[in-house]
Amino acid sequence: MRKALFPTIIIIGALLLIARIFYLQIIDDSFKLKSDNNAIKIKYDYPERGYIYDRNGKLLVANQPSYDIMVIPRDVKKIDTAEFCDLLQITKEDFIKKIEKAKVYSPRLPSVFLAQLNKLEYAAFQEKQRKFEGFYIQKRSLRDYQVNYGANVFGFITQVNENIINKNKYYKSGDLIGKQGVEESYEEILRGVKGVKHIQKDKYNRDIGSYKDGRYDTIAVQGKDIHLSIDGDLQKYGEELMINKRGGIVAIEPKTGEILALVSAPSFDPALLVGRKRSKNYTALYNDSIAKPLYDRGLLAEYPPGSPFKILTGLIALQEGVIDTETGFVCHHGFSYARGRFMKCHDSGVSKLHNGYYNSCNTYFASVYMKTINKYLKPSDGVDIWSKHLKSFGLGEFMGYDLPTGRKGKVPTSKTYKKMYPGWGWDSKTIVSNSIGQGEVLMTPIQLANMMAAVANKGYYYTPHIIKSIKNDVIDKKFRTKHVTTIDRKHFEPVINGLYDVYNLGTARGLGVEGIEICGKTGTAENFTKINGKRVKLQDHSIFVAFAPRENPKIAIAVFVENGYWGARWAGPITSLMIEKYIKRKITRKDLEKRMLEGSLIPEYNKYLAKPVVDTLLKTKVDILPKSEMKQEEEPKVTEPKPTEPKPTE
Amino acid sequence: MKNQSVTNNLDWVTVAIYIIMVILGWLNIYSSSLSSVEGETSIFDVTQIYGKQFLFILFSIPIIISILAIDAKFFEKFSGVFYILGLLSLAGLFVFGKEIKGQTNWYSFGSFSLQPAEFAKTATALLLAKYLSDVQVNLKDTERQIQVLGILGLPIILIAPNDPGSALIYTFLVIVLYREGLPSWYLWTGFIAILLFVAALILEPYVIILIALAIILLIYFRSRLIDRNWMLSGILLLIISGYVFSVDYVFDNVFKQHHRDRFNILLGKEVDLKGVGYNTNQSEIAIGSGGWFGKGYLEGTQTKGGFVPEQHTDYIFTTVGEEWGFVGSLFIIALFVGLIVRLIYLAERQKTKFSRVYGYCVAAILFIHFFVNTSMVIGIFPTIGVPLPFFSYGGSGLWGFTILLFIFLKMDANKVNEW
Repeated sequence: MRKALFPTIIIIGALLLIARIFYLQIIDDSFKLKSDNNAIKIKYDYPERGYIYDRNGKLLVANQPSYDIMVIPRDVKKIDTAEFCDLLQITKEDFIKKIEKAKVYSPRLPSVFLAQLNKLEYAAFQEKQRKFEGFYIQKRSLRDYQVNYGANVFGFITQVNENIINKNKYYKSGDLIGKQGVEESYEEILRGVKGVKHIQKDKYNRDIGSYKDGRYDTIAVQGKDIHLSIDGDLQKYGEELMINKRGGIVAIEPKTGEILALVSAPSFDPALLVGRKRSKNYTALYNDSIAKPLYDRGLLAEYPPGSPFKILTGLIALQEGVIDTETGFVCHHGFSYARGRFMKCHDSGVSKLHNGYYNSCNTYFASVYMKTINKYLKPSDGVDIWSKHLKSFGLGEFMGYDLPTGRKGKVPTSKTYKKMYPGWGWDSKTIVSNSIGQGEVLMTPIQLANMMAAVANKGYYYTPHIIKSIKNDVIDKKFRTKHVTTIDRKHFEPVINGLYDVYNLGTARGLGVEGIEICGKTGTAENFTKINGKRVKLQDHSIFVAFAPRENPKIAIAVFVENGYWGARWAGPITSLMIEKYIKRKITRKDLEKRMLEGSLIPEYNKYLAKPVVDTLLKTKVDILPKSEMKQEEEPKVTEPKPTEPKPTE
Repeated sequence: MKNQSVTNNLDWVTVAIYIIMVILGWLNIYSSSLSSVEGETSIFDVTQIYGKQFLFILFSIPIIISILAIDAKFFEKFSGVFYILGLLSLAGLFVFGKEIKGQTNWYSFGSFSLQPAEFAKTATALLLAKYLSDVQVNLKDTERQIQVLGILGLPIILIAPNDPGSALIYTFLVIVLYREGLPSWYLWTGFIAILLFVAALILEPYVIILIALAIILLIYFRSRLIDRNWMLSGILLLIISGYVFSVDYVFDNVFKQHHRDRFNILLGKEVDLKGVGYNTNQSEIAIGSGGWFGKGYLEGTQTKGGFVPEQHTDYIFTTVGEEWGFVGSLFIIALFVGLIVRLIYLAERQKTKFSRVYGYCVAAILFIHFFVNTSMVIGIFPTIGVPLPFFSYGGSGLWGFTILLFIFLKMDANKVNEW
């Protein structure tokens, strides 16, 4: 009995194998066919990419057909190369190179030989296509931009690279993928899902039907249309205002967190990144290391916020109870906070909260800030409480908005200062430049705008987002979640009063818009760069933040103009025009508008370039974000309390 | 004079089958690798793999002669040493092993690589035989069972992390233990465990548990009143439930993705003809297109097109299937069955328990290789790297199987004269 088991297993096993082989070789004759086919040809059915609309339903991005010439290297027969190259306007070297590249990928599988032909090129090729065996045309859909603005918002479409193919199974060589902007962050929604067809071919390479009656085929799923929260007109206007300037504009609807405009200057026409010229244009844009057009300043540029930061200084002091609205400080054109250390101020007399804001009095906010920090026995505790308040406004973090790029900005904590002043005692005086936004705090324009949204809402904000709705789908829940700041609602009113009078009595007099109550704050931020290791002061940045109307705010906005002298010179007027445009939909102050549209800071930018000694260095060193690029921690300024002598702020 | 007697008593039937297989293997390797060679070439060209296989075959001749020259007692005496050397060589892989195609199964000596697992099989078989041949050993004894399973288990533990396929080979040696008196419930448990494993992958765990419950209840009520044991039935059901759930867990969490893919492909849960399912699909196409008589030697279009990956090693059977058709495949299967049955016959006629057990081990090892490899290639077993003995390209494999086989032939040849 025991002896019999093994032979039994052998016989059963052998019979099993024979039965299966019999089935494969004799009964199921589909294999014979398949082997003659050299397996199965897979054909993809690419769905059309979803359209992009603005918040008012205006079509921004649609699609246009484009044609790729595909090649199966093994099938290429003797063709008239000269005629072929002439037709497609490529050189013979190109031809050889492309064929070789395709061969490396696979001699049997199709590769893209020449991408994105337009209709005319396609028609010309199609006429003679039968002469060129091994080549065929694959239709694809390309982006068709209905507007010439918003390039930084949209992003662009490109062919997937090796890296993506390896990481994500969905993408195959030659597939398209969204890069940057909403094309990247909503790639899967816009893209849809491509369909797959398994096609059987006979040995003469003819299609003879679908493999196993389409058992393994899938149907393409259409990409979904999306509505952006962007207001197309406002976006366009913002980009126009920023022509010949560098900087960013971010406008947010406070009650929803929807981004109304996201401008980065210099900007470019999104159509540049479509079609056969895409690669060349992209390289040119990419290599422009001076103006950096591909760098989304609204999201990526970390600037010292300057005076707008006083809004938070005041709010935190009120919340901490170290001042009330009547607490006053005497200002003598400046503030002497340590022996030999003096912070200049253009103001004089007694400053209280209200006039402190509209006059942007440095003395007042420096005093208030020191009181805040000194409330606690140890300055490190004071600083940490202060940074906790800042973080509740979304500072020092990515915030989680739905665009693929961003910077955290910077919120210093006691750790930062322990590192900066090792072995040195530091206290509220040492770090007093924080009070006026010239210390270690760095903010991106979107963080500034979000801060204004939180102020407009008197103490809460929604994560900024650029999506308004998705067809047959819902937007991410996190964009409908309220973030409450650590400042009580009651403290906002006096601050908003001060910001309101910035327009009536203060630094932005004359920039008001009739019939709209605007609350805003000017800012002028110093910035430095390193040239040959020396700290060189560049022209100040012009900053403005605002929200309007005062009651039931519709727009919160931050405008940043690089090297724009002072707040009210460029950023202020641009802000006020943007607000007027959004709320009134038309501009009455034509003079101001003309001045802004035509104004140029190019001479200012070129000034830095003109220095012949540092020409090549400047390309990398002079930057709109001096602080972050300079690697703050390594700067040799730690030997003594930092001298801070900011300019009088506007 | 001794050599004379060895050649006289050698079982020439087995030797003949061996020679036929080795030569057929070589011819098929030649065919399968032609696609990658440009222009005219000779089957003896040692820069190509078929030329190398020829060298491997040549070198197995001195190996065979040495084995036949050595006293048969030698293998019995030093079986413990071989076993320990085998274990050490397997353990050494973790330190000195070279990674080839994702598996660390090789020692590399310049351009030459050795796969110790191929030799460790022989060592394990020898020690197993030695251990069981002890008169004291009675496999009804639990302590003995544990010891003998330990001999099998150690190499499995060492091999499994790098090469789960080869580890599987060892488990099949249980069939030899059964022949020598291991209680049958071991086999039943193993059989049911495999059955449940496959079932758990196809069906929901609850369905299986319900079926098990039904069967247990049926047995319970069908048995005589006295024999009814509700405790045992309950525990059995509990164990089955735990096992079924842990299969799902192990499958999802312990198995690697490529293991899961291979099971899913086999069970038809997943279809990816260009990706993980490519091998099996292409090999089925190659074999399936062979028909009754095949496309003729060197005429296989799939083989020529190079569609089947690893065709000269683990998928060598596809060449047979495509170029020699059903008739050729049947012939190869017949060769293997003939060889294994012959070995069992020889084992049963051995006078010593040692050589009988060893002979059984040889038969078992060859059979499981043949069966697993062939079923994998024809798509009824998940893809695991197990070579087809004497056919697949590779020195380690060929020599390993040659040594395994000829040690037994030497013992068999000895039996008449020496005792």
